Amino acid sequence: MGLNIEENQKLVEEILEAYPKKARKDREKHFQVADEKAIDCSTCAVKSNIKSRPGVMTPRGCAYAGSKGVVWGPIKDMVHISHGPVGCGQYSWGSRRNFANGTLGIDNFTAMQITSDFQETDIVFGGDKKLAVIMREITEMFPLAKGISVQSECPVGLIGDDIEAVSKKMSKELEMPIVPVRCEGFRGVSQSLGHHIANDAIRDFVMGRAELAETGPYDVNIIGDYNIGGDAWASRILLEEMGLRVIAQWSGDGSLNELEVAHKAKLNLIHCHRSMNYMVDHMEKAYGIPWLEYNFFGPTKTYESLRAIAALFDATIQENCEQMIARYKPVMDAVIRKYRPRLENKTVMLMIGGLRSRHTIGAYEDLGMDIVASGYEFAHKDDYEKMLPMLAEGTIVMDDPTAYELEEITKKMNIDLVGSGVKEKYVYHKMGVPFRQMHSWDYSGPYHGFDGFKVFAKDMDMTVNSPVWDLVSRKGTMEPKEAGV
Amino acid sequence: MSRDELNIKDNTSLFKEERYVQQRENKKQFEAPCSEQETAEALAYSKSAEYMEKNFSRQNVVINPHKACQPLGSVMAALGFEKTLPFVHGSQGCNAYFRSHLSRHFKEPTPSVSTSMTEDAAVFGGMNNLIDGLENSVALYKPEMVAICTTCMAEVIGDDLNSFIGNARIKGVISEEYPVAYCNTPSFVGSHITGYDAMIKGILSYLYTRSGIESKPGSGEESGEKLNVMLGFEPYTGNFAELRKILGAFDTKYTILGDHSGNYDSPATGEYEYYYGGTKLADVPQAANALATLSLQKYTLKKTQEYISGTWNQQLAALSTPLGIKGTDTLLATISELTGLPVPATLTEERGRVVDALMDSHPYLHGKRVALVGDPDLLIGLIGFCLETGMEPVHIICSNGDVDFNEVKFKDEAEALLAASPYGTEATVHVGKDLWHMRSLLLNDKVDLAIGSSHLKFAAKDAEVPLVRVGFPIFDRHHMHRYPIIGYQGTLNLLSLIVNTILQQLDDHNSGFNFELVR
Repeated sequence: MGLNIEENQKLVEEILEAYPKKARKDREKHFQVADEKAIDCSTCAVKSNIKSRPGVMTPRGCAYAGSKGVVWGPIKDMVHISHGPVGCGQYSWGSRRNFANGTLGIDNFTAMQITSDFQETDIVFGGDKKLAVIMREITEMFPLAKGISVQSECPVGLIGDDIEAVSKKMSKELEMPIVPVRCEGFRGVSQSLGHHIANDAIRDFVMGRAELAETGPYDVNIIGDYNIGGDAWASRILLEEMGLRVIAQWSGDGSLNELEVAHKAKLNLIHCHRSMNYMVDHMEKAYGIPWLEYNFFGPTKTYESLRAIAALFDATIQENCEQMIARYKPVMDAVIRKYRPRLENKTVMLMIGGLRSRHTIGAYEDLGMDIVASGYEFAHKDDYEKMLPMLAEGTIVMDDPTAYELEEITKKMNIDLVGSGVKEKYVYHKMGVPFRQMHSWDYSGPYHGFDGFKVFAKDMDMTVNSPVWDLVSRKGTMEPKEAGV
Repeated sequence: MSRDELNIKDNTSLFKEERYVQQRENKKQFEAPCSEQETAEALAYSKSAEYMEKNFSRQNVVINPHKACQPLGSVMAALGFEKTLPFVHGSQGCNAYFRSHLSRHFKEPTPSVSTSMTEDAAVFGGMNNLIDGLENSVALYKPEMVAICTTCMAEVIGDDLNSFIGNARIKGVISEEYPVAYCNTPSFVGSHITGYDAMIKGILSYLYTRSGIESKPGSGEESGEKLNVMLGFEPYTGNFAELRKILGAFDTKYTILGDHSGNYDSPATGEYEYYYGGTKLADVPQAANALATLSLQKYTLKKTQEYISGTWNQQLAALSTPLGIKGTDTLLATISELTGLPVPATLTEERGRVVDALMDSHPYLHGKRVALVGDPDLLIGLIGFCLETGMEPVHIICSNGDVDFNEVKFKDEAEALLAASPYGTEATVHVGKDLWHMRSLLLNDKVDLAIGSSHLKFAAKDAEVPLVRVGFPIFDRHHMHRYPIIGYQGTLNLLSLIVNTILQQLDDHNSGFNFELVR
């Protein structure tokens, strides 16, 4: 496959012409066509983690979504209050598929919407008094809840409520950890600051508060896996099969105790570096725990990651790792033998959140598919630095791309498969372009690990090769196949 | 190698494998879970009468409420107008949530933009965001009108939309003539239905005022306008089609004010067009000359109705969602009264067919105890339908039911409706309560059937009650919204849904000897 660098640069310029001058100047900075220089030196000119332009359809959410929706929400044995008006909690209720074992409403509070449902009087007089009552009521309603977190919505910060003081007082009264999280939606430019704020709250209010009965040389943590469709379980099984002991899983199917004992691990294994790098950095500094970013999407990256993990342990683990890979490889080869011929040379555009735009590249390549455009919703510079070396020359790299840009790229590059979120999904159905929701696995999954790759391969084949797309005439709306590819 | 040989299992079966069962058990040592006994006791306690009493005495915490916030309704309302771009003034996360939430229900795109306000806008106000946002969105998405609603953030800091839009015109970002409607929709007031109302009123009043037309109700008849119809916060695109069918049968001219069915039921043609259908902007001022306006969600459309009967000085007939035979009879009688046209024979025939179907099914419905959850107008319709089939509403929860129209409160109307039927004597209407209250009700006073949105599935599961999905949102079933539930045809759909759910239950819980072929 040869992507044409110049043509794709021209293509991006053409697309951006639709913007008013000021917005165009800004949007230009968020694009880069991968060339040798960018790929080799791993530097990246793409502007990221800065404000979205008003009035464009940005895919981004807010800090609250990053904290409650991603980091805190999946901690299953704590009650997370969506503190403020009813909407935020309602929209983030059960929509992210963080699977967790337990009985809902009894010892598992993940797929619930618990809110202070602010009314006008709360805005005028403040919500602090109400918050204290809510906390007492929570312990009445949910006697097995291990703790409470307060996820602030926009008005809480604007009216200056002191949720910290209330949390401190009530933590004493109710004898449980109560964590105030200042994740108001207007903070920062996307979900990303919400992750950071949530991480800081874990650091300040729960980290190191409990001990393990016994520690061992093989104790590790899974950090930054939200167990979408059971991903963390499919990852954990490999680590355990290799002989490691996973003492904490953050935060999919996670519990308060796991947050509290994680500092006893010998190694932090981080999957979503974007959302939890703050944590592993802190634990390295405070507790001397080294960390390693791994990638369990697709067999190639999974083998690579398993070996890199094993290399940090002794010969026993390394031996286990090789044996395990030898056991799974024939199965993975069979999956590829079956699906690769159906997917070879299909072009893919990805626009996902913080890690998958990079981490899933290898899985697509295992199936013979070509990534021709990839972008993030809320990445930072380091994400682009890591992504660029994984891309072929000419690939379009885009930060916070707008709905309009994605649609134009799809048409002009005649993309065979788009991987993005629910806001984008149905647009591509209108266009007759195969689409897969890569935030929620389109209600399938898991996609992580060896068990997950089977599902991934089957799903991609099902999507790209469904006869339903042939029922739509794409003629006249897509550019000829050659353009830019 | 076939799929079977590859042994591909997804989350529905994979985690039942022994190795994952073991993993689950093993993980518990790090979770520090409560003991099995503690959990079992807490579960039993949560189902008790004692717990229910505590549950009903809580004052402040809200658990699983059945309502969304105002601007979500405004976005839906804006999509009811021709080439209109919903524009959310506030933090961008809200807009992302509205787009996801609506798309998850309709399985359709929701084009909508935001001013992406951040900390600096919180301090200095969002005027620059609004001006830049108007410039960008008009250039990029080429709407013929922009419809702005606010979020709680913009409301708390007190942004003045009127002056901001004026400044955008002065700066030349949009022309003096370019239509920009707006409404104030703080999320700490009302719910999605009041937000819907605010935007419809905002758009109607804005387009009317700027047109310079002076309303002369009834004068439009000569040029064709006779009747205005509003469906309200309508989660069923099929209801629009059904209403068109009914009005078509009457052979009356009409204008639907706020028709988002085009946007939420658009074809896959190979091209995405952003704007599908909607009320024509030019039709709005003309609507002021129509003979009358018919509203199908009176609690939802409170302010809009007041505006129409006030400023437009127009005759207004306000109903709740017309479900069931009697609900549809009332709808047809009202149309007939407003237009002076007789009820068409085709609809009378249809009525007969659907009544026939109801008779066929009534043994399976009669005496069935039902729990209902929904928005006020939907609930009035559902209660009416239940009562006319012999089903007995028992628990009725309306999280956003603290509304009135013409000084009649939703709760009072619902209770009067129930009191007028021998099948309504057991019912209690709970306004402002949530689905955690409903869980207690279902566990302590059993029913046969629950009717409500997907959010009710958790309580229904705990109480082992079958759920018929009706209302908003329906996330976990496909295409329900494409089939009407209003009118006679809608009544048939609703009946089929309910009776077949009951028949499925009979099969699922058969005793072997009564796994019957014929029903």
